[in-house]
Amino acid sequence: MAGTITTLGNSHAPRISNVTQESRPVRWLLISLAIAFLFLFLALPLAAVFSEAFSRGWQVYWQALQEPDAWAAIRLTLIAAGIAVPLNVIFGVAAAWAITKFSFRGKQFLITLIDLPFAVSPVIAGLTYVLLYGSHGPLWSWLSEHDIKIIFATPGIVMATIFVTFPFIARELIPLMEEQGTSHEEAALTLGASGWQTFRRITLPAIKWGLLYGIILCNARAMGEFGAVSVVSGHIRGQTNTLPLHIEIAYNEYHFAAAFACASLLALLALATLFVKSLLEWKERHERFLASQAARKEP
Amino acid sequence: MRQRSVIPGFGLSLGYTAFYAGLVVFIPLAALFIEASNLGWGELWQTISAPQAVASYRLSFGASLVAASLNLIFGLLVAWVLVRYPFPGKKFIDALVDLPFALPTAVAGIALTALYTPNGWVGHLLNFKVAYTPLGVVVALTFIGLPFVVRTVQPVLAELEAEIEEAAASLGANRWQTFRRVLFPALLPAMLTGFALAFARAVGEYGSVVFISGNMPFRTEITPLLIITKLEQYNYAGAAALGVAMLLVSFALLLIINSLQHWSAKKTGGK
Amino acid sequence: MSFRSLLAVFGLATLLSAPAFADREILNVSYDPTRELYKEFNAAFIKKWQKEHGETITVRQSHGGAGKQTRAIIDGLEGDVATLALAYDIDSISEKTGIIPKNWQSRLPNNSAPYTSTIVLLVRKGNPKGIHDWDDLIKPGVEVITPNPKTSGGARWNYLAAWAYAKKKYGSDEKARDFITKLYRHVPVLDSGARGSTNTFVKRGIGDVLLAWENEAFLAINELGKDQFEIVVPSISILAEPPVTVLDKNAKKHGTLDIAQAYLEFLYSPTGQDLAGKHYYRPTDPKFVKKYANQFPKVNLVTVDNAFGGWQKAQKTHFNDGGVFDHIYQPGN
Repeated sequence: MAGTITTLGNSHAPRISNVTQESRPVRWLLISLAIAFLFLFLALPLAAVFSEAFSRGWQVYWQALQEPDAWAAIRLTLIAAGIAVPLNVIFGVAAAWAITKFSFRGKQFLITLIDLPFAVSPVIAGLTYVLLYGSHGPLWSWLSEHDIKIIFATPGIVMATIFVTFPFIARELIPLMEEQGTSHEEAALTLGASGWQTFRRITLPAIKWGLLYGIILCNARAMGEFGAVSVVSGHIRGQTNTLPLHIEIAYNEYHFAAAFACASLLALLALATLFVKSLLEWKERHERFLASQAARKEP
Repeated sequence: MRQRSVIPGFGLSLGYTAFYAGLVVFIPLAALFIEASNLGWGELWQTISAPQAVASYRLSFGASLVAASLNLIFGLLVAWVLVRYPFPGKKFIDALVDLPFALPTAVAGIALTALYTPNGWVGHLLNFKVAYTPLGVVVALTFIGLPFVVRTVQPVLAELEAEIEEAAASLGANRWQTFRRVLFPALLPAMLTGFALAFARAVGEYGSVVFISGNMPFRTEITPLLIITKLEQYNYAGAAALGVAMLLVSFALLLIINSLQHWSAKKTGGK
Repeated sequence: MSFRSLLAVFGLATLLSAPAFADREILNVSYDPTRELYKEFNAAFIKKWQKEHGETITVRQSHGGAGKQTRAIIDGLEGDVATLALAYDIDSISEKTGIIPKNWQSRLPNNSAPYTSTIVLLVRKGNPKGIHDWDDLIKPGVEVITPNPKTSGGARWNYLAAWAYAKKKYGSDEKARDFITKLYRHVPVLDSGARGSTNTFVKRGIGDVLLAWENEAFLAINELGKDQFEIVVPSISILAEPPVTVLDKNAKKHGTLDIAQAYLEFLYSPTGQDLAGKHYYRPTDPKFVKKYANQFPKVNLVTVDNAFGGWQKAQKTHFNDGGVFDHIYQPGN
């Protein structure tokens, strides 16, 4: 699965010469086809969200976002993402370190295990938590004795979110660190740096853009998750509804404009995410460019 | 187990990885298997092979296959256009491709349904039904899987050396021949990976599909919905059985993806 | 070791984010179409409790398809009261968890149903397809919207109402079964809950007739378009008794038994009955039956107990896996 979500530059484009260029009509045909496809499947749904959100004007839009239940949902969504993302960052870095810097038996199995949440239906993810922590689960009597609520409370929602976003950062880092190899770290270590220093001074700067990109995608997915969270939430207003669940509720209460207003928040988040991502890519390319300039000057 | 280098932290990083993966992924999924095993083999098989379940696999896997194929063709096209041709608005379109990763699936489902019902923006232009038919399921799954092929093919295409194409051209190959004989084989592993990813993601999708599918047993009912239906009749073991069936397929798919990766890495010289 | 200390911090944060209970609060786990009723009712109850006991309380709500909500309670959603769509669901809670005693239904008046409702037909303005009774639904070209009885309580009432009509008109279970099979052939979309179906019918413009709770039909007309829909009352329908109960074990654990009991009793009080009528549920108190008599058309109603031998039996025959409903969709049927 390496390279799913790889940052890339288009620096090769200008090198293509005439021999390898299609004729102008073919080019425009291909471009129009691609744009038509993206328009139909991406731009229109996005436009539909915003058009519904503002169908009753700005006032209703603002009102929908000011409702206490909406705020509670936003807060819970932020809490869930705020816990899930850092945990997955730590895990992602550790996993990528173990997998790319060492060779050991069972590596393929571990990689597949890391990928698994990606292909598991969110519904099944939710179901597993119900089976484990629900009243029929093995842990229930202990949990209720100690009055610890997992399912139908914040911890369950956080766990479901962690599960769904589990592979994102590891998956982003593994191919990147694989490509970078271990020589820089080895050099630092032989020069007497400690393991932690090596990680902080050598590895981290080299992977920071990939890491950031992974965080952004992980965060977007964490805030938008619906299926898994829906199974473990219990739908208690103002308490266990995340923003996507709040949207469903508003929709089911015939507050269509309000539902889409909240949806537009998440769409805006998506767009902001994409914007930051583009910015990161641009910055990375810029840095690379500066580095290559510097390298050229030096010799 | 052995350590390859002087690099420290093997025990810590692997230990933590295994611990965390075990906690988050392995134990919950094991619970699923244990619950399903409550049924016993006979009943387990009966649940998995019930006609309604089989019909739902057919839809889930069939629609996912169609959606992933659509994404394969158009994903390649989009990746090609984004890498090779300059045109206005390219940056924006490039960024837009990731939208399905970031937009909540339920919102996507409601928006697509609003668009494709007979009184929607797109629906009223068509003289056939999209929403509440298997076609609607395909539309939702295409949306969900859209970024995968684009994002796997794009970097490979960008890295391809122009010299190879120039060489092919100077040897007298026309553009189409160059594409078919030179470019296509180089892109194939990435395309297959993207295809498999889009397919795997589509098979499990729930949030967006339930809004647009119509949920008719035997016709537009996807397997994840059937799992929910079983769950809501307090049939936990039955739900887990279907979950296990889907899980095994997902696992097999991932193994295939990873070996494809392995194969393509070997082919390109192995990084 | 920083990983572990971080982990500990996050773990702590997780535990702390569960709210600290300043006020006592109860959670009412309910089904889809009661949202508007309980919004208003809860406010009234909080005020009353404040006045009588000088205590500020919070009433939380959870809504969803009846099946989903029941399952959540069974799985450990610790509601203090349940106000669900049908007795079978609450029976399941009693049977599978022991949160409530078996005789829960006899603890409150009217089989624990403070308000009742029935199933009506909602058609588009002017009734273009000429739908007047159940057998008009299987006329060629008529599309019927109803949710999936496997997951929706309301959908089960719809189904049973149609069955009761067919059995009376055609005389046998066999023929009723044929009628139901034909009826579901006219259903293009099976949503998982009553609200989903209303949205499909009203917002998406799908179908010619919506089988709906009476209160849901009134709400759809008032909220979504007075001049777009009208209600058709069939010759026979079913007396739907959405029951309520205290979830004893949970409420005891939370120390909220007194609030929970008072909450449900308040449903039977004049205020509760008046609010039920206002939100188009049929009150059970004769005084309010009279007050709202003009609002509700007279319908010939059968009960589940009389026509189907109770919910346990109806559920088993019709809706469980392998029941009549499943057979409708078997290929070749």
